[in-house]
Order: sequence, then C-alpha cells, then structure tokens
Amino acid sequence: MSNISRTIYEIQSLDALAKEKRWINELHPLVKICVTMLYIGMTVSFPKYCLGGLLAMAVYPVILFTVGELSFRAGLRRLRIVLPLVCVVGVFNPFFDREIYAYLGKVAVSGGVLSMVTLMLKGVFTVFASYLLIATTTVEKICYALRMLHLPKLFVTQLLLIYRYIGVLSEEAGRITRAYELRAPGQKGIHVKAWGTLVGQLLLRSMDRAEQIYESMCLRGYQGEFYYGDKIKMRGRDIVYLCIWTAALIALRCLPVTEKIGSLFM
Amino acid sequence: MHMADALIGPAVAATMYACSGVAGGYSVRKIRLENDPKKIPVMGVMGAFVFAAQMINFTIPGTGSSGHLCGGMMLSALLGPYGGFLAMIGVLLIQCLLFADGGLLALGCNIWNMAFYGCFLGALLIWKPMMKRGASKAKIVAASLLGCVLTLQLGAFSVTVETFLSGVPELPFSAFVAAMQPIHLAIGLVEGLITAAVLCFVYEVRPELLWGVEAEGGRWTLRKTLSVFGALALLLGGALSLFASGYPDGLEWSMERVAGTAELEAAGSVYERAAAIQGAASLLPDYAFQHSDSMAGTSLSGIAGAVIVLLLCAGCCYLFKFFKKNIDHE
Repeated sequence: MSNISRTIYEIQSLDALAKEKRWINELHPLVKICVTMLYIGMTVSFPKYCLGGLLAMAVYPVILFTVGELSFRAGLRRLRIVLPLVCVVGVFNPFFDREIYAYLGKVAVSGGVLSMVTLMLKGVFTVFASYLLIATTTVEKICYALRMLHLPKLFVTQLLLIYRYIGVLSEEAGRITRAYELRAPGQKGIHVKAWGTLVGQLLLRSMDRAEQIYESMCLRGYQGEFYYGDKIKMRGRDIVYLCIWTAALIALRCLPVTEKIGSLFM
Repeated sequence: MHMADALIGPAVAATMYACSGVAGGYSVRKIRLENDPKKIPVMGVMGAFVFAAQMINFTIPGTGSSGHLCGGMMLSALLGPYGGFLAMIGVLLIQCLLFADGGLLALGCNIWNMAFYGCFLGALLIWKPMMKRGASKAKIVAASLLGCVLTLQLGAFSVTVETFLSGVPELPFSAFVAAMQPIHLAIGLVEGLITAAVLCFVYEVRPELLWGVEAEGGRWTLRKTLSVFGALALLLGGALSLFASGYPDGLEWSMERVAGTAELEAAGSVYERAAAIQGAASLLPDYAFQHSDSMAGTSLSGIAGAVIVLLLCAGCCYLFKFFKKNIDHE
C-alpha cells in the first residue's frame, strides 16, 4: 500500500472508530479534551528521575483502552513517528549523567538511564492519551468543543474544512503520483524536473475547488457560521467522569501512591 | 521537527501556547478586517492541499534520498502571513490528532517553530519586500530558498531552546545545536527548492494567486539606479566619512616602515611647480577646508568626491552608449 493510500485508510478507520456507539464515544467532547490535557500536563510534569510515580500514570491508558475496547496495537503503531525523536534526545542521557542513582538488585542504575526511561515512558503515555481522544471523538465534535472554549469561529470553520478536504485532496494527490509512477517505473519519488508542474497542478485544482466549495456553501445558506447539527448537552455522567479523573490524576501526581502501595507488600 | 509532549515541560508549553495564541488572535483579527468571505474556504482547502502535498516524495538529485514539503512558506506566499498562519495551525492540529505527529501539549511550540517563523518572518521580512516591485522567477527562487532556510534554522534553534528550558536532555546545549542546525539547513534547502518550483509554476500559469506581488511598477530605469546610487554615495561620503580612520593607509604604512616617513620629499623645480598648482586647484586639501580643521570640511569633501566620481561614471556610460549606438548603426 502506498504512503498516500495508507494515510487515507488511517484517517477513515479513525473516523469510523470515533463514530462507533460506545459509552466513551458518547461522553461530552469538552470533558474528554480537558481530561486528556490534564493527563498529558501531569505526565510531563514528573521530574526526570521519578520513574515510580510516572509508572502509576499508566492507570489512565490501561483503564480506558480496556473499558473502551480499543486496540493497544493501534496505539503502539502511532508511536512510530514520535518515539524515534524522543529516543534520539534521550539516548545520550546515560553518557552524560553517570551518577549512580539506584540499585536494581545488584545492578547499578545511573541517573542517565533512569531519565532516559522516564522520557520514553512519557512519550508513550502522551501518545496513548492523544490516541484515546481521537479514537473516541470525531473531529467535528472536537471542533464543537473548541467553539465552546470560545475559539474564533473563523479558525474552527477552516479547521473543519481542512479535515473534510484532506481525504479528497489526498486521493487526488494519490491519483497524480500513481499516474506519474506508472510513467516512470522504478523511480523513487518525483524527479526534480516535475516538482513544479506536478504539485502546481494539484495546487491549481485545489484553488479551483475552493471557489466551487465557497459557491456551494453560499447556495446552502452559509453566512460565516458552520452548524454542527444537534447541540451536545453536558450530562451528569460527563461531570462524574471529569471529577473522577481530575481527582485521580491529581492524586497520582501529588501523592506518593505507588510508594504507599509498594510498602504494603515489602 | 514536530515536538513530542515528552520533550517539553508544562511551563514552557504554557508559555508557547500563549505566544502562539497571541499570534493566532492577531491573525484572526487581520483576516476579519480583510472582510473577504471567500478567504475561509480557500484557507481550508489550501490547508488540505499542504497536507496532501506533504505525502508526495520528491527525489533529491544526487543523493538517492527523497524529501517532502512542509508548506509554511508556500501557504504564506499564497494566502498571506495571517491566512497562512491560521491554515498552518489547522494542519498542525490535525497532524497531531490524527497521526500523533507532534504532541497536544507541544502544539503551542510546534505552531511557533513551524508556522510562526515560516508565515510571519518568511512572508513579511523576505517574501513581501522582495516581491514589492513585481515578481520574477529569480526573485521567487531566491525568496523561497532564503525564507525556507532561515525559518527552518530559527525553528530548529527554538526546538533546542525549548527542550533545554524544559530540562529534558543531558546533552550539552552546544552539541544539541550543532546536531540540529546542519540537518535543518539541508532540509531547508530541499524545501526551498520544492517551494520555488511550485511557486514558479504558479507564477507562470496564474500569477494573480501569489500574495504580495504588486503589479510591475515599471522597469528599473537608469534614472532610478542613478538616484539610488547617488543617495548611497551621499550617505557614505557625507555621514560615514566622519568615521574614517586617521591612521595611514596600507601604502603610507609600508612607506613609513621602509623609509621612516609616510610622505617622501621630492626635490626639484618640476615637483615644486606641480605641488603649487595642486595646492591652488584643490578646494579641500587633505579632506578638509583650507586653513580649517572643521568636520564639515571632511563631510563636504566626501560628498564632493562622490559627486565627481558619479559624474565621471555617468559620463563614461553615456560615452560608451553613444559609441555603441554609432557602431550598431554602421
């Protein structure tokens, strides 16, 4: 499968996942955005040697992946973009920070190794959290929540348009590159001579399409405001979900929960 | 260059969200003032275009590898800095949500590093001034290359600073900078070439789509050239000559070392007569008024010298043109 086809497939499967009828999908989008941002903020705020406390933050993705019936493998696949950069930054830590920080049995663990592992775990947890958000909330609902947060409608509308036309223009880009590949078999990428004309054609078609879209929108009564269908009401379960996770995340971050639990067994 | 959440601390993230938010708010205000209802659909579709174009791989000649477009500079060349900035925020947000390319908490940093520099600095400091007097392919190539290289260098440097302020890497700052900047120089050059190729195509086919390109305000005439050079000469001769060094020049310095004096004594009636004529003819001997040490004399001698040189040059040019025309007629 080509890069473009794979991307289109990923977008469509995420959209389908977010539209499924599950309790977690039915939660208010604003609540999910708030909890996700709080979780990410709490996770990255852990000091670089605080591995024990950070491990406790795994509670959030583990519970939601299990209860929400989401695939861990799909979450792990999303790490392929982020993890290499995090690894590049973290991999030097053991060389520059050699002070022994702890002993794992008889094995000495330096501060650098500990900070590298902490950094990678933070990378994994934060990616899982953003996956949990997008796999259970459609972009339309996220835009609705952004409007509730008083982000300008101009920005939210263009965000929605970008999302809607990514599929269309990606398919067009896919057709153009496929046609090029068939005429230039075995060539890796687009030759320098065709850079301008190939992407330029796509650009001009996109511009023309923007004009048509605007005219169609006007014909359907567009006057600067996008309508999102039914109003999404904040219900009791949304408030409960928000309160429980806020309390749990603050407790996990501020209290020595893991140490207390560990001391019960040791 | 998309930063992950793990690479930043909450304080840095909040600061960068605030900075990007201010730039975003300002852009929204500017777009509203433009009052062009077509702008929003165009921004949306162009954002989607950049997203689609980023998936196309371009062969980098002579390397065997391929690169792709980032789009900040291209969007601002088509939509202007404000529209381009908002469209880039949309692209970055969707990349972050759909593909985990950049973190949600790090979005403020990513907007600043990839959209702000490309759209604001690239468009306002490079693209607009260069296209002010009409566009040409050479100008588009120069602006694209310069814009992409500069903005990517600034973006890469910001990534290093933000990561360090968050206390994430143990790697020394200088080593991190030394690793980041050269890679992004190469990336910037490739992106600049792709952007230039696409914008040159647009310039050929639909030049009206390019932002900030004013209708050609006439050719660059000889009169304009002379005026500019004249003004520069006046500035250099009149103002900067005051800061001229009082030390001997290279020849005088060498003579002083060899002969013990900077000015050789010349004996003989011919030399004396020539010196007398020069003394009488020179209005500003030794770059000053006669019998005066006033600074105005130094300035005036600078201006007078510049005017004389300009007149000589202009005279030579007209003579050359005159003889060339005669030869062509023959």
